[in-house]
Amino acid sequence: MNTVKSIWFFFQDQILGMQWLKALITNLLTAIGVDSTSALGGSLCFFIYDVIKIFILLSVLIFSISYIQSFFPPERTKKILGRFHGIGANTLAALLGTVTPFCSCSSIPLFIGFTSAGLPLGVTFSFLISSPLVDLGSLVLLTSVFGGKIAVVYVVVGLILAVLGGSLIEHLHLENEVEEFIRSAGRVDINMPELTVADRLDYAKEQLLSTVQKVAPYIFIGVGIGALIHNFIPQTIVEQLLGADKWYSVPLATLIGVPMYADIFGTIPVAESLFAKGAGLGTILSFMMGVTALSLPSMIMLRKAVKPKLLAIFIAVVTVGIMLIGFFFNFAFSF
Amino acid sequence: MSVNIKVIGEGCDRCDTLFNNTIEAVAELQLDAEIEKIENLIEIVKLGVLSAPSLMVDGKLLVSGQVASTEKIIKLLKKYQ
Repeated sequence: MNTVKSIWFFFQDQILGMQWLKALITNLLTAIGVDSTSALGGSLCFFIYDVIKIFILLSVLIFSISYIQSFFPPERTKKILGRFHGIGANTLAALLGTVTPFCSCSSIPLFIGFTSAGLPLGVTFSFLISSPLVDLGSLVLLTSVFGGKIAVVYVVVGLILAVLGGSLIEHLHLENEVEEFIRSAGRVDINMPELTVADRLDYAKEQLLSTVQKVAPYIFIGVGIGALIHNFIPQTIVEQLLGADKWYSVPLATLIGVPMYADIFGTIPVAESLFAKGAGLGTILSFMMGVTALSLPSMIMLRKAVKPKLLAIFIAVVTVGIMLIGFFFNFAFSF
Repeated sequence: MSVNIKVIGEGCDRCDTLFNNTIEAVAELQLDAEIEKIENLIEIVKLGVLSAPSLMVDGKLLVSGQVASTEKIIKLLKKYQ
């Protein structure tokens, strides 16, 4: 048992966490005369280490995930979901949300496609909540930064939020709140092109390049902010504002996170340094979920497909859900 | 018989790239083809397509959610010559 444990910790800290890289950079910086225990040197070290680590993980991840995703195009997801009903359909939608390739530019066709195919509104929303919130990439990256336990917890509560949020929307019977033109679009099933292994590798390569291009600015900004927090913001301030024992930390983190638009990869470094400075675990989870699940651009897009009332309910359900998760974790992990 | 080619996707950069690659491929093959750019969401959904950018030839989906290179499109279009 102990061997298994130590192999896992080696994997978590050295392969995923790349602690060796941190040591290497610290040594290199010391060699050229930068003191990594000073605030500036420490920030520099954090920045270089995190940027390299995230880009390496990101590249390996996107490539392998895209390969898996090539088996689950949204058209197929739609067909699979059409065969299920009730909470089972919501659960499956949340799970498929984690493996279906999804960029905000295709959220509207996807919404329209799902709805016009006769999928229940709640199932579509379960998918829409889970898709940006939880994916295989966030699981691996969170393991690298926070360790396996927190990563699994994040994924599980994210899925629960998607299932419950979707079910709740379902029970409110808001079908009339979907824009008219969508309900009249009609159902079309299409045959997907047959893909060979070479095609899938090709697809994965293209996804890798376009994703890295797209998220690179967020990573630099995210790590930059993380580095500043890491070394310039005093621990007492973070503890005062975001500590687990402060009831207002969760709503605060959620309300800051919700309008923000960033990729999970850009969000994690910020969360990482806030956590190291004493912010509550629940607070951090709320912040990350707020940033990834809801954002201004995606809301503007979604508004094209649903009426304001449904959009408002969707935002409210997800926001409240995120806060509940935050409160729960701050409470549960403080004992 | 002219071939009907649809490049499907709502105004993203990757859709434009796929559109340009398709034009290049058709020119290279000197294919008698009518190339359409489908950007209207409702039309896209009516075709049954959910991922952008996609390429449809005579009603058959050949590329889904991917920017295919000019070379790849040439390969795919060869049998329509």
